[in-house]
Amino acid sequence: MLGKLTIDALPFYSWVAMGGALVTVGGALVVMAAISWFGWWRTLWSDWVTSVDHKRIGIMYVTLALIMLMRGFVDAIMMRAQQAIAVNSDGYLPPEHFDQIFSSHGTIMIFFMAMPFLTGLINIVVPQQIGARDVAFPFLNAVSLWLTAAGAGLVMVSLVIGKFSTAGWTGYPPYSGAQYSPGVGVDYWLWAILISGVGTTLTGINFVVTIFKRRAPGMTLMRMPLFTWTAFCSSILMVFAFPALTVVCALLALDRLLGMHFFTSGDGGNMMNYPNLFWIWGHPEVYILILPAFGIYSEVVATFSAKRLFGYESLVYATAAIALLSFTVWLHHFFTMGSSANVNAFFGIATMIIAVPTGVKVFDWLFTMYRGRIHFHPSMLWTLGFIVTFVIGGMTGVLLAMPPADYLMHNTTFLVAHFHNMLIPGALFGYFAGYMYWFPKAFGFTLDARWGARSFWCWLIGFYLAFMPLYILGFMGMPRRMEHYNVAAWQPYLIVAAAGACLVLLGIACLVVQLVVSVRQRQQALDLSGDPWNGRTLEWLTASPPAPYNFAVPPQVRDIDAFHDMKARGVAYRRPDRYVDINMPKNTGAGAILGGLAFVLGFAVVWHIWWLVVVCALGMWVVVIARTFDDDAEYRLPAAEVEKIEQQRHQVLESAARSAVAGNPYFATQRLRESVT
Amino acid sequence: MTAEALVAAAGPPGHPPTESDVHEERAFGFWLYLMSDAIIFSLLFATYAVMVYNTAGGPSGKTLFSLPNAFAETMLLLSSSITFGFASVAMKSGKTAGVLAWLVVTFVLGLGFVGLEIREFHGLIQAGAGPDRSGFLSAFFALVGTHGLHVSFGLVFILIMMSQVVIKGLTAPVASRFLRLGLFWHFLDIVWIGIFSVVYLPGVL
Repeated sequence: MLGKLTIDALPFYSWVAMGGALVTVGGALVVMAAISWFGWWRTLWSDWVTSVDHKRIGIMYVTLALIMLMRGFVDAIMMRAQQAIAVNSDGYLPPEHFDQIFSSHGTIMIFFMAMPFLTGLINIVVPQQIGARDVAFPFLNAVSLWLTAAGAGLVMVSLVIGKFSTAGWTGYPPYSGAQYSPGVGVDYWLWAILISGVGTTLTGINFVVTIFKRRAPGMTLMRMPLFTWTAFCSSILMVFAFPALTVVCALLALDRLLGMHFFTSGDGGNMMNYPNLFWIWGHPEVYILILPAFGIYSEVVATFSAKRLFGYESLVYATAAIALLSFTVWLHHFFTMGSSANVNAFFGIATMIIAVPTGVKVFDWLFTMYRGRIHFHPSMLWTLGFIVTFVIGGMTGVLLAMPPADYLMHNTTFLVAHFHNMLIPGALFGYFAGYMYWFPKAFGFTLDARWGARSFWCWLIGFYLAFMPLYILGFMGMPRRMEHYNVAAWQPYLIVAAAGACLVLLGIACLVVQLVVSVRQRQQALDLSGDPWNGRTLEWLTASPPAPYNFAVPPQVRDIDAFHDMKARGVAYRRPDRYVDINMPKNTGAGAILGGLAFVLGFAVVWHIWWLVVVCALGMWVVVIARTFDDDAEYRLPAAEVEKIEQQRHQVLESAARSAVAGNPYFATQRLRESVT
Repeated sequence: MTAEALVAAAGPPGHPPTESDVHEERAFGFWLYLMSDAIIFSLLFATYAVMVYNTAGGPSGKTLFSLPNAFAETMLLLSSSITFGFASVAMKSGKTAGVLAWLVVTFVLGLGFVGLEIREFHGLIQAGAGPDRSGFLSAFFALVGTHGLHVSFGLVFILIMMSQVVIKGLTAPVASRFLRLGLFWHFLDIVWIGIFSVVYLPGVL
């Protein structure tokens, strides 16, 4: 009846694991109690869970990402603490538990922190940047969100019921096969990323179509804002790379569930096929994560330098080149597998070539700042920190791209330092920059700048302290993922790294304080104009937060910096002669139900509860089929209603023009050149 | 293509989408889905090519595959694509009865294909050549089985399509779904031609 699920699945094996389970369950209970206390269940369901509005879906994605960031960071600091003390001793974590922690840390940070974060930002911003009312497939968007949440839920559940994988976030066989990992851990990992991976593929399709088909009149491809371009390239990569992840996970699942021999060490299995398939997804994934961050930096650097972006075209071509090249370098993740020297050389050279368009971008950002009027908004701080730190990571990457050097560095903490050096400043700093940049657009008030700056400095210094020692340790020959070690010379560096992690913890605390302070003082930081930073792109034309339809009338685009151009011409806030009815997608619970069923299905497969698998699969079919019969998925917002909303918006705008803009430093160089009519 | 030509080809996009725009967007999105599905199949093909000699002392394709059976499957699937084409023609000229009749024929042919495939799989497993026998057979079952699963889903979709034609008639949304179902069905033909050429023909020759 319950498959392999018994009372032994509860984590009584170690007090640390028990603590993790209690925190997870307790946290969930506290959140539910709070929602009940405030009576928010109805709002939660009708305004959020069933919503197909891209802005709300985006906010939910980012919320998920921030929650998972906490979880992933707890894993990180636990590892640093263990390694700081585990010289010639066992530390406080048993090996089995330590292995679960590094596996879940990587899995969470890639799939359930970074992916939802960037998807959320793309959701909130891209439709507004291209002057669209919504994404092309709003319902599919909700399905993607809830599939991602289902995957995240499976990882969280593994804390309480059963164990997580010990095979690392890449899950290489034969260790991850049924013979060497017979427990449920690898299955949790597999089904979490299988389910969320399908959601990501759908997100990719959605945004390729949205960006290709829904741009405002006049917005040609070469007038799209840079963030839209990077989101576009990222989405294309999602469509073409994520199927590889689906395949490799499905094959490993078949090995584990049905005793097949894709990656086993006997019976004709070929375990070397696994890294190939995995990294055919995995390398483009790096660019899926990092390209949108590059887009954010491009927006931020132009806005806070009060200048047009330098080298727009070269940035577009560099982005496209990186997207293309990202499919040609996957083998550099396993030079040591023993391909021939020529094969390794090809992939080594291809890898080095990627540094060229990336270098172009760095110079474009620097030249954008050159002679600009730079405002040190927190988003700009993240950008500056990124540029300096990322170049270091890029250089260590070129070093690793040389196969002979890679043979020495492979599987050492040098590699760990390198990819954290790319993904923390390269991707995460960008997401934070975007979070602080677009927060007023999503919620209608700006975030506190002082706490943002404090968070930045803690993160930046913490990052250097945590990862520079790992480079040195790599040179000293320390392998990654060590639960304990007997080389006393390593310990001082690991203690510094642990101190760095503590500083990052302070940085996260500053983020929390920033949010709390900003919410409490929001009346002083209201964004009435919808354009708090003197923005250049169309998302700043809408109200903050925007009307459900974003734009009552599609904006006419004449320039790369469309909104800046409209302000300069004095037509940004011109009101149309009349308003028309607007078709809007209806809310539906189907997306959340599909996500819930996918979650239970994944859980049932992990524990071999086959009847429940069948029930969930049939349930999903029923929901999908019912949806195909629904030809009435939209409602009509009457013109009168639109006019009322816009009327209010313009009243607010007038008061903003009188008061807020006058004292806004971002408008110092350029007075608002028009009166609001 | 130069950047200018690329921009011109994409064209200056229009105002809020009309109903036909929406259906065009869905068709475009469905093409993208098919492309991602093509990646799945191509990686399964690649895996098969890598593992085809990994028989682990067990049977190889030469002893297992029956060319007459594969030929019959091919004929059934290819003719089901033609009959789907006839359904599309009937759809164009607005003949509900024609659409339904040709969909029934397509369904029967597709069902025949799936039936033959299940019979083949059953026979292999009975003969001790199941997917857990060797790496080669794992790759074979995964590739051919994934295709068969797609065809089976296609059959379910054909049933749904028929019921929508009956209930709703040949409305614009139904026609738009019908177009995408057609893309799906023809796509599976192309994949099958790949399977026939890569799996069955070299296997027996």
